[in-house]
Formats: sequence, C-alpha cells, structure tokens
Amino acid sequence: MATEDLVTQESDQKTEIDRAVIRFAGDSGDGMQVAGTRFTDASAAFGNDLATLPSFPAEIRAPAGTLPGVSSFQVQIADFDILTAGDEPDTLVAMNPAALRNNLDDLKRGGTLIVNSDAFEERNLAKAGYDHNPLEGDAVKGFRVIEVPMEQLTKGAVKDSGVSGRDVLRSKNFLAIGLLTWLYNRPTEPTIEWAEKKFATRPEVAAANVMAFKAGYNFGITTEATKTTVEIRPATLPSGTYTNVTGNTALSWGLVAAARQAKLPLFYGSYPITPASDVLHELSKHKNFGVTTFQAEDEIAAVGSAIGAAFAGNLAVTGSSGPGIALKSEGISLAFQAELPLLILNVQRAGPSTGMPTKPEQSDLLFALFGRHGESPLPVIAAASPSDAFEVAIEAARLALKYMTPVILLSDNHIANGSEPWMLPDIDELPDISVPFATKENSDHGFMPYMRDIETFSRPWAIPGTPGLEHRLGGLEKEAITGNVSYDPENHQLMTDSRAWKVVNISHDIAPVEVDDPDGDGDLLLLGWGSTYGSIRAATRDLRKDGRKVAHAHLRHVNPFPANLGAVLGAYERILIPELNTGQLRKLIRADFLVDAKGLNRVAGVPFKTSEITETAIAMLER
Amino acid sequence: MTTTDYTRADFQTDQEVRWCPGCGDYTVLASVQNFMAGLGVPREKIVVISGIGCAARFPYYMNTYGMHSIHGRAPAVASGISITRPDLSVWVVTGDGDALSIGGNHLIHSLRRNLNFKILLFNNQIYGLTKGQYSPTSEQGKQTKSTPFGSPDHPFNPVSLALGAEATFVARTLDMDRKHTTGILEAAYEHQGSALIEIYQNCNVFNDKAFIELTGKDTRDHNRINLVDGEPVKFGPEGERAVILEEGTAKIVDTSAVDPGRILVHDAGNDDPSVAFAISRLSHGPYGPTPLGIFRRVSRPTYESTVRDQITAATEAKGEGDLAALIRSHGTWDV
Ligand code: SF4
Repeated sequence: MATEDLVTQESDQKTEIDRAVIRFAGDSGDGMQVAGTRFTDASAAFGNDLATLPSFPAEIRAPAGTLPGVSSFQVQIADFDILTAGDEPDTLVAMNPAALRNNLDDLKRGGTLIVNSDAFEERNLAKAGYDHNPLEGDAVKGFRVIEVPMEQLTKGAVKDSGVSGRDVLRSKNFLAIGLLTWLYNRPTEPTIEWAEKKFATRPEVAAANVMAFKAGYNFGITTEATKTTVEIRPATLPSGTYTNVTGNTALSWGLVAAARQAKLPLFYGSYPITPASDVLHELSKHKNFGVTTFQAEDEIAAVGSAIGAAFAGNLAVTGSSGPGIALKSEGISLAFQAELPLLILNVQRAGPSTGMPTKPEQSDLLFALFGRHGESPLPVIAAASPSDAFEVAIEAARLALKYMTPVILLSDNHIANGSEPWMLPDIDELPDISVPFATKENSDHGFMPYMRDIETFSRPWAIPGTPGLEHRLGGLEKEAITGNVSYDPENHQLMTDSRAWKVVNISHDIAPVEVDDPDGDGDLLLLGWGSTYGSIRAATRDLRKDGRKVAHAHLRHVNPFPANLGAVLGAYERILIPELNTGQLRKLIRADFLVDAKGLNRVAGVPFKTSEITETAIAMLER
Repeated sequence: MTTTDYTRADFQTDQEVRWCPGCGDYTVLASVQNFMAGLGVPREKIVVISGIGCAARFPYYMNTYGMHSIHGRAPAVASGISITRPDLSVWVVTGDGDALSIGGNHLIHSLRRNLNFKILLFNNQIYGLTKGQYSPTSEQGKQTKSTPFGSPDHPFNPVSLALGAEATFVARTLDMDRKHTTGILEAAYEHQGSALIEIYQNCNVFNDKAFIELTGKDTRDHNRINLVDGEPVKFGPEGERAVILEEGTAKIVDTSAVDPGRILVHDAGNDDPSVAFAISRLSHGPYGPTPLGIFRRVSRPTYESTVRDQITAATEAKGEGDLAALIRSHGTWDV
C-alpha cells in the first residue's frame, strides 16, 4: 500500500488544559457522526472522561449543502469526571457553509474554527443563504480560523488507494479526524484499527480512509497555524475497566443481563421507530443469548406479541417512542389487568404527534403515568444517563417479575444516542432477580391464579405447559383469588384497590432517593429525573464553585416515588425542577407533596445548557 | 401426572357457558372439546387465545391455558406464545369483526408469516356482542341498527382474503356439521404452519338463518360444494353439477353438459394459490352454491422453525452468550 508515512510526533508547543468541547458539523453525507464517534473512541482509549451529543437532522436526508441537511456531533473531553457534552464548543469543524451557518453562533469567543475551505464556493454559499463568503467577513472575527482545503488534500492523499470517482471525497471526514487527532494529541491507532476492521471487506475504502487520516494528521504537523496543540490528560476516574457506551446499547445489554439474572429467555417485540430502533437492531444480533426479536406488523402487534410471550414465560419486552406507545396503550392495560410481567421501553422524542423524531424531550412522563384507560397505575422508571440505562433495565425487570406488572422504562433521544464512559460492572455481582414459576396447586380447590402473595400482593405466574394449573387470563374484571370473570361491585373495588396497592407498595422496595448535599444545609434543592442528570449535576458543581449551597436529587423511580421523597422535599425551602417539558414532574410533586416547587422548563429539542440551570437557580436564591 | 386419556368433560370448565340459547357457538365448542379430547395432546400443552366478541368468550369454557385478550389482537398475542414456545398447540378463536375489521392487519400478517397457530374464524356476518351492527362480511345493502338504509360496504370473502395472504392452510366449514368441522380441525392440527378455518356460525338473535341455504333440508344438497382433495368437484343430490376452470375462472356447469375430463379435480396441495382462489370466488358469502372443505394445504417452513433455527445456528457459531464478553465488545480501557 503506497501511503503517506505517519510519523506520530510530539508537538513541541503543547498547552495543557482540563477540558475541551469539540463539535464536528457537516452535511448528512459528510460522515460527521463517524468523525465524532472516532474522535470520541480515541479519547476514551486515551483515558479522558467524556460525554457526547449527536444531533441529527430530520430522518429524511435533505438536499446536500442545505441548512436542514446539517448533521453534527459534539463531544466534551476532560481530565476530570464531566457530566455533559458541554454548553459551547471550543473547536468547531465546519465541512461546508451550511454547517458554519448553523453552528457558528454556538462557538465560544476566541475558539478555533476549522473549515473545509474547498466547500466555500458560490453554489454552496448560496445554498446556505450567504451572499458573500463569511470567511472573508466580520462573521469569523474573534475566532482562530484554520482554513483547510480538505477536498484537495483528500484527493491527493487517496489517489493510490484504489477508490475512484465520487467515492474519493467520502474519506474527507477522516482527514478532519486526522487533523483533530494532531491538534488534541489523541492516539492514532484506535482510528486506524477501526477503519481497517470496519472496511475489511473493502480494503480500498479502508486504505483511503487511513490515507486521508494520515494526511490530516500530517497537515497539522506541517502547518504553521496548527503548531500549537492542546493536551488533556487522562481523567482520574475510579479504577476499573471502562467502555464507551450509548444509551440504546446500554439499554439493550441491560435487557440481556436482566434475562440472564432472571434465568428467563428474552423476547423483544417491536416496530421500527426513531429513536428506539437501535434497541431492536442491537438485540437482534444477540440470538446466541437466547434472545428472540420479533419485528411486528405494527406497534399494537408488538405489544400483543410481548404479552403472549410474557404469558408463555419469557422476560417480555416491547419498545417504542411516544407515538408507538400511544398505540400500545390498550395492550398495556390488558397486561395490567392480566397482571403479567412486561417491560415497555419509551425512548422519548419531541412530540406531540410525529413532532421532531430526532430531538430529545421528556414530555411523556405524565403519559407514562396516566396514559391508559381505567384505573391502571404502573411502575415507571427512568434512566439518567447512557450507562445508567443498563442498571435501570435490570431494575425494571426486577419489579415487573416480582410484582407481576407491566413496568414503563423511560429513556430519551439524548440518552439513546449520547455516550459516556461506563465502568463495567462485575457480572457476578448483578442481582438475582429470578422469580419461580408456579408449579403446584395453591389451594384445596385447585390452582387460584389470583391468589396474592401477602407481602408483595403479586399473583402466581403459571405458564402453559404446567400440568394441573390450566387457567384463563383476560381483560374482563377478575374475581379475587379464582380469576373467574366477575361483575360483582365489591369485587371490582377490591381488585382495583389491590392492583393500586401493589404498585404503591413498591415504594418500600426501591432505593431511597439520594441527596447530594455535602453539608446538609442547602438553600435550594435541584430535583430532576431522566436525561437532565448531567446538566443538573454540572450546574450543581458550578453553583457550589460560586459559593452557593445547593443540593441535587435525581429520581430513578418516578412511580411510585421512593418512600423518603416527602421528607427530602420537606427539608428545603426552595425546590427547582428543571425538565425538558412544560412541568410534568413539578405537577406531580406539587400535587403529591403540596410543596411550592418551581420549574425550569424548555422544549427546544436540545438538552439544557448548564448555564441555563445555574442562572435560574441563582435568581431563585437571590429572590 | 400427565394423561391424555380424555373425555369431553376434561375440556369443560366450571364456568357457565353464556351464549344465547340456540347460538351456533355451542355447537362449535362441543366440536372443539370433543376433538381435543381425542387429540392425544396433554391439556396443559394447549393454549386458546381470543379477542373480543361473542366467540371470544371461548377460552373461558376450555379447560386449557387461555387468554381472552383485546379486540382484534388475538393473533398478535398468539404470535408471542407460538414463537417462543413451539412445544405448545396454540389456537386462536376470533369472529368476523374481530379478525377482519379491527384486527385485519394481524390476521393477514400472521398468515403470510406462516405462524404455527390455528385460527378459527367464527363468521356470523354480524356484530353480536354489540347487538347487531353490520360486519365486514355482511352483505352489501344489509339493514342493521347502524345501517338503517342498508350497508354501503362491499364485504370480504375471508377465504379469498386468506388465500391472497398466501396462507398455507385455508378451509371453510359449518357450525352445524360437527363431523365436517372435526375433520377440518384434525387436518389443521396436522398442518405445520398457519391455518385459517372459516366457520359459518349462526347468530340466531341478530342474523338468524344467514346460512340457511347451506343448512336447510331442501337447499343444502344443492348448495354445498364439498371440496375433496384429488376428486372432481361435483355437487348436488346426484352430483349433477360440477365446477370447471375456464380462462382462470371457476364456473358451475351441468355435469352432463361437459366432458368429464374438463371437471376440475381439486388439488389443495397446489403451490400456486390461483386455482384455490378461483374456487373461493364461486360464492361471495353463503348464497347459492358455496364451496366447503380445505381450499389449500401446502407446506412451507413455519416462522417459528426459522426463528428457532437462527437461534440455534447463532449459538452453535458463537457459543452460548457470554455477558461479560458482550459488554466488552466495543473496546475497553483500564483506569
Ligand atoms: S348474539 Fe348471536 S353470536 Fe352472540 S351469543 Fe347471541 S346468538 Fe351467539
């Protein structure tokens, strides 16, 4: 392979910093998600802490070069444990004028702007709505601008690779990665190894990508403008083995782990929907774990099949996003009435209706709690970060099996596609969540499918194939104990109360909510749930640096609430609940605990900036 | 202890059967219970899943495992059972509204997938449970509570629909004819893959005598076209009428008027569903000469077997799943 040599060398003008935010932005076809994840993985391998925020355009690819077609990937890397992908990038890579226009406002003053100067020609400028070249005007003043003729460089670099025609320029994202690898003193091996493995069946593509990568790196070495580089030392994270994981992957692995810990086969019935489909993709790869995936004809069939699988003795799961969960609602009520264990994943996206499928929002909380007909309370549990989804999946399964109930697990677009380093758990230490099937008659009159356990109020799980325990489930109201159809008024009251009590009772079987309040005398409690964890945590830190006394509590269980939540809330004079919705948790907290909680609410399709939370908190503290 | 030495009583539950007196559902229940008693399959291995409607009460009266699910979704629920538990014998009980209206999507998809459960479609051409609205199999112009000026809907022919979805087993029978029903049930059970059995079922309260042309003493012999595999399709008290195929269309002719060689010989095992479809077009509802029996019975791998084979192959190729290795599969680093 004739290729430019790569002499990895130490930059002699290194500045050491503690963290940096880098954003890759380009056209959907420019490979920005690949660029971002490659840079991220190299940083992970180097040992930095990190958090990522991919931002996708609408699913259908917009015309090349236009503003709606811009895709971006932001990553924050640090030498300490960070919590978000950062508020504003220190370095922006803009592959074309549209990417510049969409992202320039976010770039930190004095930050570095790396542009693919070849793309700044008349046609592309016009597509982005520029009537002049912004690189020549005031727009980029105050930034360190590095113009890189990425297309020319790529063409030159890959000419001996064997790729030709339109494919040549596809490697330009690797040129950008190479340059950033130099600028941030990242290791080169992870990216080269990845490209060689990923394109093993198309060696010419692997070669082109590696050549472009090296060319970008060498450009950095030889160009005056990029002489100064930055270094971010490995983070001092708790010692252990780490991997970088997205929320959808962690959730899928968590389900595999839950099935293992429950000693049950896993069944996943689903219908493709953004942003939940990756769970279906991931699980369908792991058939050797005994996982059965079923791509159903629609959302209703997906939940229906999972109900059947639950009856048949599987760890049954269905997953979707808001619109699909709406279609599953009737099925979830059946599982509730039949008292079958079932996990329902809702990877939330901005709604209502089709809304903004690729953007995050936390607006299905009340829907998860109340989006069913009849009296049908369910446990609802929410992941706080990408890696947290692993544990949450096991916890959701534990509750479903122990209490014979459907459980809704909430994630969202930010968790699903974002990634962070995850310290791998010791598999042998995972909890045993298995629940034995009923195998014998439980009364002198035969098998009573609705005879409840006195402690959990759960009913026995007798699966088809078990001799002597034949019974019928169904949506009609059941008589207590026998499970026969009953229209008896007192029985309906009893069964409604029993089902509700079973769920309320779970509050004593879940971890109390932990409060992070070092001196126990915070003037303000920041209360959150779900994907706002990182932003709230980062804001808490910043506020403390500023000398403010603030506490942070984050709810994993949103129904029922942990038993100590009332006492926690009572200890604070001010409560602020930041949510990516119009105040859904706040409504619940106010209704349940009669406290004057305030909200910070925003539905802009992006996570909170840390500064938005700190500013609101300060305003509350100074009032 | 598992025994398979059953009588019908072993398949009855202690629940009072609550259909209207005289309803065709009673007869079908008796046929199914008798059939299952003689099947030799342990009771605990049988699962009956229904949706909503009069017929959907069926599982409550069957002393097997069962679920009375929600409207239209029985095939979806049955899918989850059948895919994960190929050791079970799974039966779906549904009606014309349940299967063809609200649940139409699940019906066609389970048939095309060749899921190994058997669907008993009780077709009474009316909504009984909700007290008498027209259904997707009611004849056009039918006056009901919801169509006082006559139904504007063109009805489905369930057999044609199932053949269109390339179901591997499609049959039609009559509630009253228990022997015929039992024969079809046996064949459906033997069949590996999905089976749709349309059962003409009389709703004596809201749509009485809908099938009278096929059940009445004076008319039945003239109208029942019994399909027998490998035999020429002839019907009438003396076999005086016959079915021929002309330019792809099935036609009824006088037996004496055609060369015997032209009479269609029924071939349920024909891979191409076109001829079965042509036969299904001889009637559009139980009016006049109507074919009964097995229209199609062909062999195709079941969905379940394909899914199980994939799992077995993956396990053989990669070994049993190792969770510790899985969570390390995207690369790791140590701190
Ligand atoms: S309404 Fe009709 S179908 Fe329903 S139980 Fe009565 S007779 Fe049977």
